[in-house]
Amino acid sequence: MSDTHTTEPVLKIEGLSIAYEPGRYAVKDVSATVRRNSITAIMGPSGCGKSTLLRAMNRMHELYPNIETRGDILLDGKSIFPMSVIELRRKVGMVFQRPNPFPNMTIYENVVAGYSLNDIRLKKNQRDEIVENALRNVTLWDEVKEFLFRKGTFLSGGQQQRLCVARAIAFNPEVLLLDEPTSALDPIATSKIEDLLGELKKKYTIVLVTHNMSQAARISDDSMFMYLGELVEAGRTETLFTTPKDARTEAYLTGKFG
Amino acid sequence: MSGDKVTKALLFLSSLTILLLSAGIVLSLTGGAIPAFREYGFSFITSTVWNPTSGSEEYGALPFIAGTVITSLLALLLCIPMAFSTSLFIAEYFRGTRTAGILRSLVDMLAGIPSIVYGFWGFYALRPLLISTGLTDQGFGIFTASLVLAIMIVPYATSLSTEIIAMVPSELKEAAYSLGATRREVIFRVIIPSARSGIVASFILALGRALGETMAVTMLIGNANIIPKGLFSPGNTMASVIANQFGEADGLKLSALIAIGLLLFAITALVNAAGKFIIRRFA
Ligand SMILES: Nc1ncnc2c1ncn2[C@@H]1O[C@H](COP(=O)(O)OP(=O)(O)O)[C@@H](O)[C@H]1O
Ligand SMILES: [Mg+2]
Repeated sequence: MSDTHTTEPVLKIEGLSIAYEPGRYAVKDVSATVRRNSITAIMGPSGCGKSTLLRAMNRMHELYPNIETRGDILLDGKSIFPMSVIELRRKVGMVFQRPNPFPNMTIYENVVAGYSLNDIRLKKNQRDEIVENALRNVTLWDEVKEFLFRKGTFLSGGQQQRLCVARAIAFNPEVLLLDEPTSALDPIATSKIEDLLGELKKKYTIVLVTHNMSQAARISDDSMFMYLGELVEAGRTETLFTTPKDARTEAYLTGKFG
Repeated sequence: MSGDKVTKALLFLSSLTILLLSAGIVLSLTGGAIPAFREYGFSFITSTVWNPTSGSEEYGALPFIAGTVITSLLALLLCIPMAFSTSLFIAEYFRGTRTAGILRSLVDMLAGIPSIVYGFWGFYALRPLLISTGLTDQGFGIFTASLVLAIMIVPYATSLSTEIIAMVPSELKEAAYSLGATRREVIFRVIIPSARSGIVASFILALGRALGETMAVTMLIGNANIIPKGLFSPGNTMASVIANQFGEADGLKLSALIAIGLLLFAITALVNAAGKFIIRRFA
């Protein structure tokens, strides 16, 4: 196993608590770290706070009034909260549970949406290069290169989701957050995404929410297990799956709940 | 017969009544309009003469068609910026806040005010204001009518567009935000493009309202049977000429008014169908 103690974590979560309603915490005092160029899986039964924790990492909660966040998250040692949220979101990309390409944009436009939405002007050859690279990185290029100028919504669910990954990595972020990216996909599309994540971790740090234990076991390096808003246990996936320390983790892994 | 069957029969009967009623309305309108159409043919629509003097009687609908089209389009033009910004405010900028809730109820309240009250308000409040600008002597005319018409359709257009804008999936907005877009960018690059056809449709439906609006327009348009010559010229719309003249009409004149009613019905039905089609097709 590689040495975790010498490399500084990409993300460091410190005493993070999040409440949608005053006093009712969906995430309770969570502290954890995410290693660079690894896949960290966040597991746990539905409603345990996985998405809530993930969405704190690119400050998605700020889009809605009245969500209370306490504690801190450090990206490369710096708190994300004083940062410009726009810069943060360019460094920390996100892929959602359901594929959500922009329906009014072509495949090509979807990939460079991060640039066009931000009014960043690119030369045509730069844009072409970004599109081709991003689509190659998500193994979609060969499937769509003939119809880059058709609407992204014509693609199959799995292709749409890979397009969304392409859109997220087109900006070359440091971290890629994925919230159950395969829960709406069939097994073949799912395994394509899983293979893809294995490749992408060479370039990016990946945080993956999943309620699918075997997916976590298959592709993650590190795992976190959450229950009722608490981070019950975190560590190397191998260790956590073979010798869980907490009784609740063990109960979850043996299918007692979730 | 079981209770279920009785219910079914009753429901069927009432639906049938509605069907027969609407067929009856169309039939009697058509029947009433036939003498005018037989007398003037197609020139009924293109003629600008409206002369009820017996002996030299002649009726043409063009002034009223023009009046209806001009006031409605002008009202729509005035309505769009107001309704569009209000609906963005309610459905996006202040979404889920108390302010939006209050504004929403105000819009609904405005939609519930009877036409006659708007007309009254236009007559006693708006007209003197327009006269004081010096642009018009009497304060009656196309512009006054259009302005009040605009105010009347704003709540309708606003509540429709608000619903359309609120329907843009939050997943799309979040996708844009997650790419570092600002709120303005999300609104102009994601929300408006996704909701565009629905927004257009809600304005078409608002236009449909304006076309048939009668009471307030009749009180403010100046009731002159001419093609309006300018913004402050008096005129008449299809609805207002009927409201004004049906009481003393008989014979050919009555038939001409009914024919105008039939035309108005057809235009409004077409515009509404177009709006509904767009909403169903794209929203
Ligand atoms: N927008 C919201 N408003 C209020 N409560 C929410 C909202 N989103 C999630 N919750 C609540 O927060 C808790 C955690 O939800 P979530 O993070 O979505 O769980 P998970 O992703 O693990 O299924 C749940 O109890 C859920 O009901
Ligand atoms: Mg979730």
